[in-house]
Amino acid sequence: MLCANFKVETIGEGRKLSPLIFLSTPNPHRLASKVAREDEHLLVAAAKSGDVAAFEELVSRYERKIFRLTMNITGNREDAEDAMQDAFLKSFSHLKDFQGDSRFYTWLVRIAANEALMRLRKRRPNQFSLDEPIASDEDLMPRELQDWGPGPEQRFAQTEMREILSGVIEQLEPEYRMVFVLRDIEELSTEDAASALGLSVPAVKSRLLRARLKLREKLNRYFQQGGAN
Amino acid sequence: MNCQAVIHELSNFIDGELDGAMKLELERHFKDCEDCRLVVDQTKKTIEIFCDCEPVELPSDVRVRLHDALRRKLKEATH
Repeated sequence: MLCANFKVETIGEGRKLSPLIFLSTPNPHRLASKVAREDEHLLVAAAKSGDVAAFEELVSRYERKIFRLTMNITGNREDAEDAMQDAFLKSFSHLKDFQGDSRFYTWLVRIAANEALMRLRKRRPNQFSLDEPIASDEDLMPRELQDWGPGPEQRFAQTEMREILSGVIEQLEPEYRMVFVLRDIEELSTEDAASALGLSVPAVKSRLLRARLKLREKLNRYFQQGGAN
Repeated sequence: MNCQAVIHELSNFIDGELDGAMKLELERHFKDCEDCRLVVDQTKKTIEIFCDCEPVELPSDVRVRLHDALRRKLKEATH
């Protein structure tokens, strides 16, 4: 059974750590990541043949995203750092096993998610289970239905928007947050997210739908025109 | 198709995982149902806002420790 705890405010030394504290506001240069994606396989091939600089380039490229991921899962900076470090070291040790049938980044995210989950389970065992069945579909119907107007996120300053996003995702129950983070932030496929979390594909889909609806409803409070902004 | 059935398929619709007939049925529903249209548009926007976020720089002390550990490991591996 996969168990973990997301009471981030009570973990560790009692410091309150926002899982998405490292989340920035929308990036206008997403093209750069697509360019980076195109030469990823060249770097991986070079690293596999012993090019240390190529592996270091891969680490530099993904360290921020992997740290964000491990922070999101553990909610604890020390654990997040350890999980990130071990994920990179393990990926180097097992690079020869990477077959290239998925992106290197996807493979790395799965290793990092596993490292982070292990630390979470150690720190707070039996706090919640990812295996728990979710409630029926009856309560899925959205209640908050107000117009957001065009570009609602542009009505907020960068730092304010960052706080809003951190706040709403932190409020999300861990079993939904995990799935949302892997699918919609890290952009893993449903199958990869299911495999990383030890869940079935239907369970991931069901949790993702709920996570998305819950986040929409939480953002509605800020984005509705004439709302609490 | 009622609103509850539409909401149940919302993620599949957004992710482009519905077959042609089901997709058309949802699109027809959205044309007539303002509430469901609002929900699908806002859910797409929610995903887009989170998805478009880039992480900020790694704290410098964390980065230094990561690269020190990495160099030690790489040194071990190449000797």
